[in-house]
Amino acid sequence: MAIEWYIVLSSLLFATGAVGILIRRSPMVILLCLELMLNAGNLALVAFSRMVGNEEGQVFAIVVMVVAACEVVIGLGLIVAIFRRKLPLNVDDLRELRG
Amino acid sequence: MEEVLFFLSAIGALGGAIGVVAMRNPFYSVLALIVHLFSLAALFLLLTSAFVAAAQVVVYAGAVMVLYVFVVAYVGGGGESAWEPIPLQRFLAPALAVALFVELSIAVLASSLRALGGDGPEVSAGFGNPESIGTLLLEKFLLPFEAASIMLLLAAVGAIVLAGRRREAEAS
Amino acid sequence: MSATAWAWLVLLFPLLGSIVIGLSFKLIPAKVAGVIGTLSIALAFACGLGALFTLLGEDPEARHHASSLWDYANAGGLDIKLGIYVDALSIFMVLVVTGVSTLIHLYSYGYMQSDQGYHRFFSYLNFFVFSMLTLVLAGNFVLLVVGWAFVGFASYALISFWYRRTTATRAGMKAFVINVVGDIGLVLAAFLIFQQLGTFDYGPAFEKAPEVFSTNEWTITAICLLLLVGAFAKSAQLPFHTWLPDAMEGPTPVSSLIHAATMVTAGVYLIARTHVFFELSPTAADIAAFVGLATLLVAGTIALVMTDLKRAIAYSTMSQIGYMIMGVSIGAYSAGLFHLMTHAFFKALLFMAAGSIIAAMANNQNIDKMSGFGKAMRFTSITFLCGALALAAFPLTSGFFSKDEILAFAEARGGMYLIFTVLGYVGALITAIYTFRLVFRVLPGRPCKEAQELIDSGHVAHEAPTNPATGEAEDTDVGYPGADHHIAEQSWPMRAAMSVLAFLALIGGLIQVPGVDDVLEKWLDPVFENSPYLEIHPSLEADYIGLTIGGVISIIGIYIAYLIYVKHPGLTARMIERMRPAYTLFANKWYFDEIIDLLIVRPALAIGRFANRVFERFVVDGLVTGTEETVRGAGGVVKAVQNGFVRSYALLLVAGFAGLALYFLISSS
Repeated sequence: MAIEWYIVLSSLLFATGAVGILIRRSPMVILLCLELMLNAGNLALVAFSRMVGNEEGQVFAIVVMVVAACEVVIGLGLIVAIFRRKLPLNVDDLRELRG
Repeated sequence: MEEVLFFLSAIGALGGAIGVVAMRNPFYSVLALIVHLFSLAALFLLLTSAFVAAAQVVVYAGAVMVLYVFVVAYVGGGGESAWEPIPLQRFLAPALAVALFVELSIAVLASSLRALGGDGPEVSAGFGNPESIGTLLLEKFLLPFEAASIMLLLAAVGAIVLAGRRREAEAS
Repeated sequence: MSATAWAWLVLLFPLLGSIVIGLSFKLIPAKVAGVIGTLSIALAFACGLGALFTLLGEDPEARHHASSLWDYANAGGLDIKLGIYVDALSIFMVLVVTGVSTLIHLYSYGYMQSDQGYHRFFSYLNFFVFSMLTLVLAGNFVLLVVGWAFVGFASYALISFWYRRTTATRAGMKAFVINVVGDIGLVLAAFLIFQQLGTFDYGPAFEKAPEVFSTNEWTITAICLLLLVGAFAKSAQLPFHTWLPDAMEGPTPVSSLIHAATMVTAGVYLIARTHVFFELSPTAADIAAFVGLATLLVAGTIALVMTDLKRAIAYSTMSQIGYMIMGVSIGAYSAGLFHLMTHAFFKALLFMAAGSIIAAMANNQNIDKMSGFGKAMRFTSITFLCGALALAAFPLTSGFFSKDEILAFAEARGGMYLIFTVLGYVGALITAIYTFRLVFRVLPGRPCKEAQELIDSGHVAHEAPTNPATGEAEDTDVGYPGADHHIAEQSWPMRAAMSVLAFLALIGGLIQVPGVDDVLEKWLDPVFENSPYLEIHPSLEADYIGLTIGGVISIIGIYIAYLIYVKHPGLTARMIERMRPAYTLFANKWYFDEIIDLLIVRPALAIGRFANRVFERFVVDGLVTGTEETVRGAGGVVKAVQNGFVRSYALLLVAGFAGLALYFLISSS
């Protein structure tokens, strides 16, 4: 398959993730959509690495995976903390920072 | 053969993605994401990136998703009300996302990068296997490697701080 | 030491005195402040004498020196220095100012004794003398304006000295505002002088003027008229005179010094100094002379019916300055300045004596309530009489010689100027009448109750002080003299000062007796050496005829006053009935205050109100509030973006990204 297929697929997945973040209100699901976007990025990275012919893109993809893992950890910790404090798990209701 | 595998994996990935976005129950979203991740691993294999595929399955689908499952089990999955407080969000979000997709596709397909149209150069047999990735990690990309490990440490500490029980009475 | 060095010292001492007293007012007792104040002016007088003798040692033609300390501005064609000009005229003025000021400081030492603001008084008074000396010694028009403005400020500060009195502060403001009008005229004149002649310094300006201007050219006339605006405002001539009677709100020494002897004579000095300009513009000089004449007569008529003692003397001042202005405008320079000097003597004395009487009257200034002080206060009455005789130009007093010299000169000039002589004598008659009206009202007769109290117990009357104009109680904490009033009989500094002035008022004229000696004329003439009027000399017979007429008129006037006020007491009331319109006109001060109120004050207030109600509210506020509202509105719109919803922020992010991508796509195609 030509590389461009992978890239187009990656952008499609990215757009889907974006829609999810914008539409859903539960923090859990938003985090999941974030994962979608990160994975779409990973796919593009690996595809380009294959196109160029060296593995540097794959190393980058692994580092991205590490980052995603850390971010998930913190995000879930946050969700747990919010849940513990009996606050509504709804992104719309948590809006103290407004103008 | 390759095309078939590609399309199957692509459909799996897309289906998983749509499932994540569309499912009401967060638990089902997690499961959809797991399907998506596996499809992505298949795609990585098609791109002769064996190590990344393995890492995807073991780390992502294995560890991270398990974490998600635990938290969803703890927190529970609530439904979301139908009413959208932000005007136009329901309409603008898909529209903008579609616009984004179209622009990216145009950028890719109309690009003057000739290499995109091909399959990529011939690669040696050890392309993408742990040995070459490891060499790169420890030689050329040592600093990012170390930085990433520190970041993992930070994340772990942060998570403990965030979610740990307080000594005083918990906020009611 | 050179004359200019003496002159700088003359300037230095009063300034030092003012600063020292002003800064140390909490540290030194009151008496010490008074001594410092008086000493500094006395030292200035001594230095003035030093300058005089130095100049006397020089050739009359060479008796003019300029000296400057440093440059103020030296760029773009401007060359303004801190410079003084020492010649016979300025030293004459210096001596008159410092001499009379020393005596008045001595008088104030006693008179202001129980005043809380004693230090402030002497500091201001010293500053005033310094400003007046700056004005007189200035060597260029810029420093002249500086001195002019300082003098105006000092006058304001001293008029509203008792600052809790509303009448005093209002009078101070009125004086200051009218003075500023004069300042504007003077400054504009200075600008025009610089524009036409290219310099501010006296020497070069006066040399260049005849070459640059032809006679009665409109520029030089404009300069002279603007100078006249300044001179009239400062010297209280029509129509800028309304501040002077109100200025009597100040303490009596202030009236004596500033509003009799020195500040109000600044206009006369100005015309004498810039005589070159006035000779180039006879039109302006004639206007000045007629204004002086008009003031002379109008002020005299008002003084005839004025019942406030100090205000009557103030109108008399206005009238006499009219003589001086008339004199220097028609070319009788040394005569006009001679009258300035003698007037300083007898007018200061009159105010001092009036102050003593008013103190005895517990600060009541109404002559209707006064009588019989001749018996109660011997010394004050005698000095008052001396001053009155000199003012009325009684034969052989100083006023006699000085006033008649002006009128004789006018007659010698002939033609139209005979009007001045004739009307000048009419004015002299009126002067004699109103002066002795005051004398015969206050001194002889049955003692009023305050005078009686003095005779019986030697005790000065006093009651709770109230402001007669508004009826409000005086604030004695701030400084309005409290229960203690000081009269000459009980205070040696007052007596010393008044004696010297009485002596000078009586014999001061003897330095310029026609045909016998002409000390002053010889001294002052070299200043005016290029003037065509120097040739005009009344002949000796004309002089003596003039003197005789003047003497006779004076005696007739005194006799008329005697008839009206002593012999036939009810005559005044019947005369008022007969000439009611004239009386009303005089008693209302010829309605000048009302006219100015109508023409100037009300329109100004109306403009102010309009500006406040319309312009301020709609234009200025509109602009400012409009800007504010616009900004707030814009802010509100932008604020709507920050609604707190994370998802809308994310939407904006995505929208931005999509937009950016679109832009790059388009720009790269």
